[in-house]
Parts: sequence; structure tokens; C-alpha cells
Amino acid sequence: MTHGLSAVIAIAAVGVATLLAGSLGLRRARTTGDFYVASRSVSPRWNAAAIGGEYLSAASYLGVAGLVLAFGYDVLWYPVCYTAGYVVLLALVAAPLRRSGAYTLPDFAQIRLGSALVRRVASGLVVLIGWLYLVPQLQGASLTLRTETGAPRWLGGLVVGGIVIAAVVMGGMRSITFAQAIQFWLKFIALLVPALVLIGVWQHRGDGVGAGYPTAAQRVTVEVPSSETVRVPAPETLAVRGTVDGAAVDGPVRLTVGTHRLSAGTSVTLQRGDVVPVVTTLPSQRTESWLRPLGSGNPHPLYASLSLILAICLGTMGLPHVLVRFYTNPDGRDARRTTLFVLVLLSSFYLVPTIFGALGRHYVPDLLLTGDTDATVLTLPGRMIGGGAGVLLSALVTAGAFAAFLSTASGLTVSVAGVLSQDLLGPLTRRGHDSAGDELRARRIRMFRIAAVAGIAVPYLLSLPSEHLGLAAIVGLAFAVAAATFCPLLVLGIWWPRLTDAGAIAGLAVGGTLATAAVLGTITSEIGHGWTAALLAQPAAWAVPVAFAVMVAVSLATRRRVPPDVGRVMVRLHAPETLTAELRALEPD
Amino acid sequence: MSEREPLPPRVRIVHPRTEAVRRASHRPPVREIEEQTRLGDVYMSSLIRSQRRLALIVCATIALLLVGTALLGALAPRFGELRALGVPLPWIVLGLLVYPAMIMIGWYTVRSAERNERAFLALVRRR
Repeated sequence: MTHGLSAVIAIAAVGVATLLAGSLGLRRARTTGDFYVASRSVSPRWNAAAIGGEYLSAASYLGVAGLVLAFGYDVLWYPVCYTAGYVVLLALVAAPLRRSGAYTLPDFAQIRLGSALVRRVASGLVVLIGWLYLVPQLQGASLTLRTETGAPRWLGGLVVGGIVIAAVVMGGMRSITFAQAIQFWLKFIALLVPALVLIGVWQHRGDGVGAGYPTAAQRVTVEVPSSETVRVPAPETLAVRGTVDGAAVDGPVRLTVGTHRLSAGTSVTLQRGDVVPVVTTLPSQRTESWLRPLGSGNPHPLYASLSLILAICLGTMGLPHVLVRFYTNPDGRDARRTTLFVLVLLSSFYLVPTIFGALGRHYVPDLLLTGDTDATVLTLPGRMIGGGAGVLLSALVTAGAFAAFLSTASGLTVSVAGVLSQDLLGPLTRRGHDSAGDELRARRIRMFRIAAVAGIAVPYLLSLPSEHLGLAAIVGLAFAVAAATFCPLLVLGIWWPRLTDAGAIAGLAVGGTLATAAVLGTITSEIGHGWTAALLAQPAAWAVPVAFAVMVAVSLATRRRVPPDVGRVMVRLHAPETLTAELRALEPD
Repeated sequence: MSEREPLPPRVRIVHPRTEAVRRASHRPPVREIEEQTRLGDVYMSSLIRSQRRLALIVCATIALLLVGTALLGALAPRFGELRALGVPLPWIVLGLLVYPAMIMIGWYTVRSAERNERAFLALVRRR
């Protein structure tokens, strides 16, 4: 009970802090510009922390450690590429995007190509990617609340959604910038301090890395929430109460090597040293294999690794909530410096989840039985350290987790709401009104607030029934869609003057359709383990080149549609701001 | 000699390399860019080309780093067996060493991009 209570207190503290930051921002947020991009007056360090705060989501905070526990070395690519994406973004996009002066990705599309249709397609994709990315945040919230307090599944997402709407409606992005920056440090410390303590405990006990199939580190009882199939790697006798392979049991059960069916509500008690049965959706492998490259049990591990590298490295630049942060830099040079700070912050942060995952393999392998490995970070401190210290560290980790859901969810909600209110809802209401000034501004802000509610309500509804895929895996799919759509648009738009509106639309449509179809196919069906499944589960390796090729080919075929002002736009994207100022001085009035 | 012939108008002859002549015919390169002349396009595309080359070098380097590590794990099984301080070497590489390497690449990118811009500004502002 004290455990659940401390978790609730931690969550409440993070929520109140977020709302306070929101209401402080309210006093400053005066114009629509304030709402959208904090009036471009944020310094690179604050901005970098804010980007880090926004970026480190449930997938990074909980998901990476869970993946490491289950899969081992091969998933270290996730945190590495979450960071490497910013190197690519820095090299290809950061300064020109800031210099374009666009607020959002659809703005960029319009500035570069001068086409309202491209703008609308881009708006639709922003909303799609935003929602795809919001779903795992809300699922992470639900998992955390369930693990810590036993709350029902629907509650966690509702809490996060409610706080986000309150914060966004109160202050817009200005408040969010401060809140985000603070939340980065909260997340980092909330993960780093327990990690250092846990490493100390591990060293002190001299437990080593372990070998063979993972075994329970202490006596633990696991209840299976819904019926599932587990693989038992070695013959053993376990204490089970419930139904095994259709037979009701209560007491020691002899389990043979192979798969066994456990019904919902069955509880399994593992003694110290018992080999943990592993749910069949996760690989059951020896720790020796878990430690080795390509040892994750994926049938096509090299392809999966390479395609994942491509998806995340190129997808980062297409994440709407990250890009919007770049407009808060004063100029292109600061945009680059901000990105470099982001690299430093992320590099420090991502050292930590790996530690949790590796220690988790040793101390909480029972999570493999239910497949709830995303709970690794949450359960590890309490399990390794008993008593008050364990409760305290658990509360700290829970607070950090909620900071992760809140910051990413609010950033995404602001981006989705901005696009919804400007491009998709805005045109509907603008018609027939010609009022200017305050009234117009008031209506825009009202529209933004309505859009914010819609922006998070839809993914909340989607998060309720969707299958539990693993947080980092769902986020990986969002990256794949971003990589197959916005990456070609940005890269070609910035570096290739011959891009046309027709080419952009064709590329966005083809890339978006292919990646989305692969995502839906992976989520909704069991395809097995062949090459088809591997290609669908990691679509970036083929969808991104196809999207690029289509965009280039159609642009070349529609050569006459190259925008007439492309030269001027290229100057704007690439010339340093000091020069742009001189150019403006030369212009006749 | 009492009646003088009218003198021819004075002609000023100057060395072509003096400041005066240059200033007279000077069009600042900034203006070429503003007016989108051929010459202005040459200035701009030189900047874009140098920045694009930098972007490609950086992307190639990061690809080499990441794909190289992935292939090393796939093609050289011995890499997976090595240990340093009791920890398997691949974990040290991918869990630790790759991060400072990426920060170095990022730092190089920022420095080179700013240097390209300074060179470009010096070019278009020269008198």
C-alpha cells in the first residue's frame, strides 16, 4: 500500500508541477505567435533541454530497458539511433529549416513549393504521425499506473490526457518550453540516481552477468492477466494455481520442455533459481546468445538492425513535435548549436536505460513470463532494494516516467493541434468571417484549444484496444512513417532545387501509404517469421528509397512545375541571417 | 604665339588597380544575389554546394560508424566473444563509445558549417 501511495504522490507532484509551469506561462502568452513558438526567444541550452524533454518519451524511458531485457544486444540500436537521428538532422535540416521561417512542416512545404495541396497532404501526415506516436505514450501511462497501484487499464491515459489538455489550454507552447526543459532534467535524474544505486548493489553482491536461461533471483508470484502461451526451456516443477494446458491445477506441476497454455488469472510461483518460462511473443534465449550481436532470436536480425537504423536516423527529422522546437531558435546558427547540445544531453541519458535492461535480465526476469517487460524500470528498484529506500527510488522512477508521458504527449498535442486548427479546422470557420485584430486572434486561440482536445482524445481512444506491441516497437513504426514521408520532402526540398509540387505529393503519398500499410499489417495480423514478416515489421529499408525515387522521378517528369521563386527560397534557406538582413536593406520600398 | 590654341580637355589617367576605379564600377555581390543574376546564382550555389558536401560527408561518416558496427557484429563472430573489464566488447562499443563519437561528429558539423558560412560572407562582402 505504501508503495502504491508513494507512486500516486509522485504522479500528483509531477502533474501539479506541469500545471504550475503552464499557468506561469499563461501570463506571458499574449499573441498567437506566443502560443505557437514562444516568440522565438529561447536560448540554445534551454531549447536543447526542452527538445530533450519532449523527445524522451515512454519509449525511451521505459521501452528501451524492456527491450534490452527481452532481446539483448540487438536492441541497443534503438537508443543509439534515437541519438544518431540528431546528427543527421543537424547535418541535413537544422539551419535551413529554421531559416525557412516556417512554424510547422506544412508551412515548410508551402514556403518551398507554393502549393496548398502539398500543405494539406503534409498536414494530414503530421496528424497521423503525431497520433501514432501518442498512442504508446498513453499506453505507457496506463502500464505505469497499473504496475504501481493496480489501477484499471483506462485510467493512466486519461490522467495524462487531462493534464496535457489543461497545460496546453492554459499556456500554449511558451509554458511548455519551460516545463519541457525542467522535465528533461527530472527524467534524467529520476533514472540516473536509481541506476547508480542499483549498480552499486549489483557490484556489492558480486552477481556477475549470468549464464544460461534467465532464472528468478528471488521467490516471486506472477499472475497472468490474460491467457497466453509460454515456452519452458528446461524441464522443471513449478507451483501453479489456475489452469495449465486446459487442466485445473493447484500446487507443484511438472512442466516439460516446450510450449504450455496458461489461462487468464493463473498464478505461477517461482522460487530462487527456477528457470523463467517465457511468453511466446518474446524470444526465449540463453544469456550467452542474448549478449551476442544478432542473438536476439529475430529470424532476420541483420536486416532488422539495418532497417531500424535507417528508420530512426531518418525519421527523427520528420517528428512534428521535435521540428516545431527549431523555430524557437533565434537563427540558423543557434539552431545548429541547439542540436549539438541535444546530442550531448541524449548521449548522457541513453547510457542509463541499458543499465536497467541488463540488470533487469538478472533481477526481474519474471517479467518475461507475462511479456510486461516495459515495466522493468518501474519494478527493478523495489525488487533489488527492499524497505524505505526501495519505495523512495520507485516513487522517483514513477515520477520520471510520468514526466516522460506528459512532456512527449503535450509536445505532440501542441503540434497536432497547431496543424489541426490552422490547416484542417481553420479553413472551415474562416469562411464568411472577415474580422481582424483581437477578435480574429481570440478565435484562433479558441480554435487551437478545441484542436488540442481533439488532438489527444483520438489517440486515447486508439490506445484502449490496441495490442501490446512493446512501447519502443510502436514508436519505431512512427519513425518509419516519418522517414518514408517527411525525410524525402525535407532533404530534397532543402538540397535539390528541381523538386516540384507534383513530385512532393507523389512521394508523400507513396511513402506514406507503403509505410502505413506495413505498420497496420504488423499491428493487426500474425504474419509469422518469414521474409515478408521481416520486411513488414521494418519497412524503412525499402519504403524510404521508394519514396525518394518517386519524388525525384515525378519531379523530373514535371520539370515545368518547378516554382518560379525557387532561387529566392534557396537563398532564404541557406544564406546566413546577416546576409538576409543586408538583402532586405537593398530591397526598394 | 599670342593666340593660344584651346587646350584639349584634361584627361585623367589612372592606374587601373587603384581603389577609385574599382569603386566606380563596383556592384556588391550581395546585389547580384538579391537580383538573382547569373553571378548571384554562382555565389549562392557555391555556398549550397559546400554545405551539401559537408552534409553528405557527415551522413556518410555516421552511416559508416553505425552500419560498420552492425556488420562487424554480423560478419566477425570473434567481435562478440571479446571482453574488456569483464563486459563484452560489443556492449561497450554500442552502449558507451558510440555516443562520444557521435558528439564529435556533431561538433565537427557545427564548426565546418559555420566556417563555410564565414567564407561565403567574406566572398560576397569583399570590396
